[in-house]
Amino acid sequence: MADEVKLYAAAPSPYVFRAKLALSIKGVKFEYINEDLGNKSAELLKYNPVHKKVPVLVHNGNAISESLVIVEYIDEVWKGVPILPQDPYEKAIARFWAKFIDDKCIPTAFKAFGSNGDEQVVTEAREQLQILENELKVKGTKFFGGDNINLVDIAGSVIAYWVGIFQDATGLELITKEKFPKITVWAEDFVNLEVVNQALPPREDLVAFFKKMFGKA
Amino acid sequence: MRINISNSPTMTKEENVILLDFWASMFGMRARIALAEKDVSYEYREENLRNKSELLLEMNPIHKKIPVLIHNGKPICESSIIVEYIDEVWKDKAPLFPSDAYGKACARFWADFIDKKVYPNGRKMLFTKEGEEHDAARSEFIDSLKLIEGELGNKAYLGGESFGYLDVSLIPFYPWFHAYEIYGKLNIEQDCPKLIAWVKRCIQKKESVSSVLPESLKVLEFVQQARKRLGLDE
Repeated sequence: MADEVKLYAAAPSPYVFRAKLALSIKGVKFEYINEDLGNKSAELLKYNPVHKKVPVLVHNGNAISESLVIVEYIDEVWKGVPILPQDPYEKAIARFWAKFIDDKCIPTAFKAFGSNGDEQVVTEAREQLQILENELKVKGTKFFGGDNINLVDIAGSVIAYWVGIFQDATGLELITKEKFPKITVWAEDFVNLEVVNQALPPREDLVAFFKKMFGKA
Repeated sequence: MRINISNSPTMTKEENVILLDFWASMFGMRARIALAEKDVSYEYREENLRNKSELLLEMNPIHKKIPVLIHNGKPICESSIIVEYIDEVWKDKAPLFPSDAYGKACARFWADFIDKKVYPNGRKMLFTKEGEEHDAARSEFIDSLKLIEGELGNKAYLGGESFGYLDVSLIPFYPWFHAYEIYGKLNIEQDCPKLIAWVKRCIQKKESVSSVLPESLKVLEFVQQARKRLGLDE
């Protein structure tokens, strides 16, 4: 019986991208179902009644929600290119940094972009990014996963691609090459990877979407 | 100082395990219960959260929080990550996850739900003044518990037939229920009878739970002291 894989998605979502990228890395054939987030489908609400959000991965009728849970599921089901390290300690470290990105970097960055340049809010966002910058410095590798990308890089795609889009959309330069040299290079390397580049949604569409979302359109 | 013991073939199960923790922390309890399930010997170190040890600050410099599991000198932080780590390292006893990837994903989803919905709303009920925010927290708290109760269904445990990761994630909130009920003006047993039945089952049948959970009255005392310090009560 062939696998049935559906991804309930929306292009602007960096969380959706994590799932899409993981599937692409594994070479999984899937149906991409585009959701209108202002008018969610009955299926989406059926498959994610708790949060009613994208992404939702539906694999042979089983629904999995929450982007990092989805990525770990994809890594466990489809062998091939590994997304998480095998060693339990290295795995724990990867999970720690992915969580740090979600719990600290994203909320503070979002707040900064929505803040109209409030200095305190912007400083707080930069403080969290500095921690990530230091980690890259200490690791000394191309990606958080070493020579190849792992869970942390995938989780960090929001920083590698979306933050630049938010910057264009709002005029706030949260990440500069001077302040964040390591993150800047890492972001370029990440976006230029073929598997990533092919999966990323086009920049112009996203800038237009987020201009509206941040009230700058 | 970090000690790295190499993986020599002669390395035995004599491993150095330290847990930096705080007695009332539901997150710390998760680690303690997981370690108990696996029969792991470890050194428990109680932290004074208002005067954190140098070791804690060294082992968790980013968040400076407990629990921190230190295994052979290497720190693991964040309770959900610690529990998964414990399950993976001491995999020969009491597996905390089902073997199928979907079952694992469900457990992780609901554990994340507890952290996003149950914990923050519980905290707001205890430590914010009465008013709109407090009411909203109370409402969302009980709705969240009801959703989890729905997920339990007629199963013995949240993990199914055996006690698992999700049970470990939620049961440490039980000692805090009494405080939640007082400051949230709730009756959790009335709203979620099946969940309370599950609590009793866990306490009766799992020594890892009964040996770890602190008394509700002690937790209440702790909450009362914290509220006084915050100026919420006289």
